[in-house]
Amino acid sequence: MVENRPWLTVTRHLVLILGVFVIGFPIWIALVASTNSSSEFVSGLMPLWFGDEGFGNFRRVLSNEERVLGVSVSASWMMWNSFIMAMVIAVGKIVISILSAYAIVYFRFPFRKTCFWLIFLTLMLPVEVRILPTYEVVASLGMLNSYAGLTIPLIASATATFLFRQFFMSVPSSLMEAARIDGAGPFKFFKDILLPLSVNNIAALFVILFIYGWNQYLWPLLITTDEDYYTIVMVIKRLMSAGEGNIPWNIIMTTTILAMLPPVIVVLGMQKLFVKGLIEQEK
Amino acid sequence: MHDNAVFSHKVLPYFLIAPQLIITLVFFIWPAGQALYQSFLIEDAFGFSVEFVWFENFIYLLEDPEYWNSVRVTFVFSALVALVGMILALLLAAMADRVVKGAGAYKTLLIWPYAVAPVVAAVLWWLMFNPSMGVLPFWMDLFGYDWNHYVNSGEAMTVVVIASAWKQISYNFLFFLAGLQAIPRSLIEAAAIDGASPFKRFWQIVFPLLSPTAFFLLVVNIVYAFFETFGVIHATTLGGPGSSTKTLVYKVYEDGFVGLDLGGSAAQSVILMIIVITLTVVQFRYVEKKVQY
Repeated sequence: MVENRPWLTVTRHLVLILGVFVIGFPIWIALVASTNSSSEFVSGLMPLWFGDEGFGNFRRVLSNEERVLGVSVSASWMMWNSFIMAMVIAVGKIVISILSAYAIVYFRFPFRKTCFWLIFLTLMLPVEVRILPTYEVVASLGMLNSYAGLTIPLIASATATFLFRQFFMSVPSSLMEAARIDGAGPFKFFKDILLPLSVNNIAALFVILFIYGWNQYLWPLLITTDEDYYTIVMVIKRLMSAGEGNIPWNIIMTTTILAMLPPVIVVLGMQKLFVKGLIEQEK
Repeated sequence: MHDNAVFSHKVLPYFLIAPQLIITLVFFIWPAGQALYQSFLIEDAFGFSVEFVWFENFIYLLEDPEYWNSVRVTFVFSALVALVGMILALLLAAMADRVVKGAGAYKTLLIWPYAVAPVVAAVLWWLMFNPSMGVLPFWMDLFGYDWNHYVNSGEAMTVVVIASAWKQISYNFLFFLAGLQAIPRSLIEAAAIDGASPFKRFWQIVFPLLSPTAFFLLVVNIVYAFFETFGVIHATTLGGPGSSTKTLVYKVYEDGFVGLDLGGSAAQSVILMIIVITLTVVQFRYVEKKVQY
């Protein structure tokens, strides 16, 4: 603090508390809604305080009792699908990116620059931009309605490759020379030196990619028609299309809480690493 | 650089790079090429006949007032999402930067929406803005304002902007906070000794030093609003009322998967690719500049 101005400190806290309140208000609404019965959402004012249906709502959604979700699978199954999708995308992206960055930084081979530029190009082609042709490719490979179809087309990531490339280039080359003099081959150098040094980067990237995978919406919407492969984020929209007046808001908000919980836990649990990694990623 | 320290294997690097390269070629380059190729074709809805028509799809698109409406909607939407999200985040970051007590708690309480899916954010705000029982229209009614985003396009736009910006505040906040904390304290102290008030210090010293961060965030937010908010529109307004919230990405989806207009959808994809490439180049120019300085 440069100088002491008590009124300024009070203002700062007030603005921050207001900010926290405004940012958190939708979650309050969702939590409250998940504990009320659907009849509370017809007209008048929606409930602003907890009801006593919370336990029942979560039980019905998690086990899809009375087909509350309008599909044949339960929320717990869809959360499992989301989890698989998030994990395969996060781990897959990290593995293939670290390997390709290793090849680009520590080896010299013909077409190295070409490979680099091809990977770089993917940065410019988000799935939203090329949805129809990508869908056609996945369909022709017979990957509709499969975990492979849900994950593999989203696995290539130029960002992760760049991050590892930048990091590898910052590792002193004397380390590599020393390892070579000691007779370490490329596998040993990677496993014993580079990988331990990259642990922080990997962890931060994992948080970012897990959230990216869990929150996918358009892609699973397109390539799954078999309800067994639905993800938890997708089903919320299906509940929304019930038509004004018939929308089961308490069920939707219960599902919403379940859909938010895992990624929020991951972010808050790994907060320090995630914040550090996020800021560094863009440098 | 690693010019002297490299392994001399000939085959190994190809194995290392192969997984990423294969996925890139099959799921990125090939579909992008397909989009480019299809954008020159007109196919009838049943797929019986295909005709190569050069730029007809593009000409048709650029003469279509619906398309230009979508362009306008996307620009208004992106500008609003970026501005709302960044201004609120900057305000909160400027406050949090100087707080001594409880800084960690505020940070935790402000960053979690980063983890929320755009479609989930949209559903939360859609409920709060519900015209018949939502809490916000109820409060507005106390002031005599009658809210209905099903008929009023400005109100529909407001909901999707708020939902999209809300989710993005945490991301902007983290970058602004990091930017603020990187500003040397001595600069601010010097200004304070010269008698500059806190507000003057912010506008004349802190804000200019923060402009690289702000520019970076502007590009990121525009990219986000352009391409990642499909779920927000799809779960709530469906582009309506009328076409007042039909963004370009939503239109590509609608024309391609609902309207089955392959050539038109492909032409739109190609234009979107050009937009992403432009934005990426702008971003990289900026990164290069920052590295030099």
